[in-house]
Amino acid sequence: MAELHPDSPYVDRRRPDTEARVEFSPEVRARFEKILERYPNKQAALLPTLHLAQEVWEWLPPEVIVYVADQLDLEPAYVFGVITFYNMYNQQPRGKYFLQVCTNLSCMLRGAYDIYGDLCHTLKVEPGINSEDGKFTVVEVECLGSCGTAPVVQVNNDYHEDMNIEKMNALLERLD
Amino acid sequence: MEPIRILTANIDKPDSATIEGYMSTGGYSALEKSLKMTPEKIIEEVKASEIRGRGGAGFPMGVKWGFVPQNTGKDIYLLANADESEPGTFKDRVIIERDPHRLIEGMIISAYAIHSCPMAYIYIRGEFYFGATVLEKALDEARAKGFLGKNILGSGFDLDITVHRGAGAYICGEETGLIESLEGKRGQPRVKPPFPAVVGVFGGPTVVNNVETLACVPMIMDKGAAWFRGFGIPKNTGPKLYCVSGHVKKPGVYEFPMDINLKELIYDHCGGILDDRELKAVIPGGGSAPMLTRDEISVPLTFDAIMQAGSMLGSAGVIVMNDSTCIVEAAWRLLKFFAHESCGQCTPCREGTNWLESVFHRIENGAGRPEDAELILDMADNIGGKSLCALGDAACGPAVSSVKKFKDEFLYHIENKACLPGTQKYRTFHGGAH
Repeated sequence: MAELHPDSPYVDRRRPDTEARVEFSPEVRARFEKILERYPNKQAALLPTLHLAQEVWEWLPPEVIVYVADQLDLEPAYVFGVITFYNMYNQQPRGKYFLQVCTNLSCMLRGAYDIYGDLCHTLKVEPGINSEDGKFTVVEVECLGSCGTAPVVQVNNDYHEDMNIEKMNALLERLD
Repeated sequence: MEPIRILTANIDKPDSATIEGYMSTGGYSALEKSLKMTPEKIIEEVKASEIRGRGGAGFPMGVKWGFVPQNTGKDIYLLANADESEPGTFKDRVIIERDPHRLIEGMIISAYAIHSCPMAYIYIRGEFYFGATVLEKALDEARAKGFLGKNILGSGFDLDITVHRGAGAYICGEETGLIESLEGKRGQPRVKPPFPAVVGVFGGPTVVNNVETLACVPMIMDKGAAWFRGFGIPKNTGPKLYCVSGHVKKPGVYEFPMDINLKELIYDHCGGILDDRELKAVIPGGGSAPMLTRDEISVPLTFDAIMQAGSMLGSAGVIVMNDSTCIVEAAWRLLKFFAHESCGQCTPCREGTNWLESVFHRIENGAGRPEDAELILDMADNIGGKSLCALGDAACGPAVSSVKKFKDEFLYHIENKACLPGTQKYRTFHGGAH
């Protein structure tokens, strides 16, 4: 179950920013319309619509929640409740590279915590807190379903398997 | 026993994810054959194959299909459960990413058999972003060939399939949690009955089948139930994917008839124990399954035999631990998972998984109390069977088995405020929530 991080903007900023202009571009709206066609009601389109909104705005600030709720004839409070249930909806801005280290048992037995610690040390970040330049966020996640090629680190949408500290450092070099 | 390549026949071919690659090995011929049969005949064949669900519960697929009431006037739905999230399980991902058409063909036949409405869904975990793109591409190919859409191959049967991405929640692999999530809600499991076969997604009768189970349907229809039963033993039939991870030299997905011996799998096929150390414990069926000690692993990997051995085959996620593993730490890590993934709906599970995690945490960190081993067993008694779904029971699997089978190691921790000599702490970094 996802928790509201103490640094979450939702803690201080539960009201939408009415100045912000939040609207799907025509191209994104076309994709949204296509999503709606796949389901017998609008509510069922909520998860894919949130994925789409997150692709556009990178996280889900209150004004985006209100916008998505309006599109699907739902209450913003309901949409907020759904967002906080799931791990993958960003309740705060993330770094450009979102590094998710699986530390569940199979990865742990293959040294995942060494990679996790080294990453935080090398990037000088606390888990879950963005690096000062906004480039990196490092978190520990639950089983990613890649246990045969453990340890695995997910960077944004991509899996990097059979990782070790050297390979992780080489990967960091390529992320600019 | 020699490994087989049936479900995995295509996965190493460069074009295995394309429809041309799949059709060049006879793909979609089972669909053509099936659409000429009556749905009842297909259900009969699947029942006769004795195939049991590969997602964890091991429920007979044909029997599940038989529960769907016809003529209720409501749309019937088929959902593929691709929310593969059980720790130690990574078999469905192989099918999804490298042989997606096998799943799609299995779904079309299955949907036809249960009189599905014209839309079926694949609920794929959100993290499998690449897998979802592979499926989308494969579905486009299938539509272009007329295997999906209106009047498929002139049969009068209409079907399309939608890929629905989850968003990071283990509980959505539970079938009613999955249904809630597909409806755009928090993925909290439902009260049963009514079971999904009667009232499922969008109010209609619903069948939820695992990816690997659905992927077996084309071969059952192509080669027949008797052929399928030729693998394994009665009531535990078919080719089966086993996921082996942790302390073995060659981890990965292995395919065998469903009665390969666990010991043989680890030592003869996975290269034995990492660093040539002694084996300490094996989890035979994903993070929820009770641990087996090294003296208990000479057992065939069938649903029934593993149950008799006091564990469960579950999703066939075999996690191997050598003697460098601190069993308290290993169990703690799984309990941290269950505490994190409890949906929060039922009190025994919500409170119990978190309490279990904290007791294991204090034992591992030198603050255990003499009564803790008994406390854990008592807590498990008050969690198991007391909530809407099996997540609480799943957490009891590693908790109870580790305490009962490695009691001396727990007592050592409590008395000496340290791990057993020769074991190491794999959790080397303590940033984050704990």
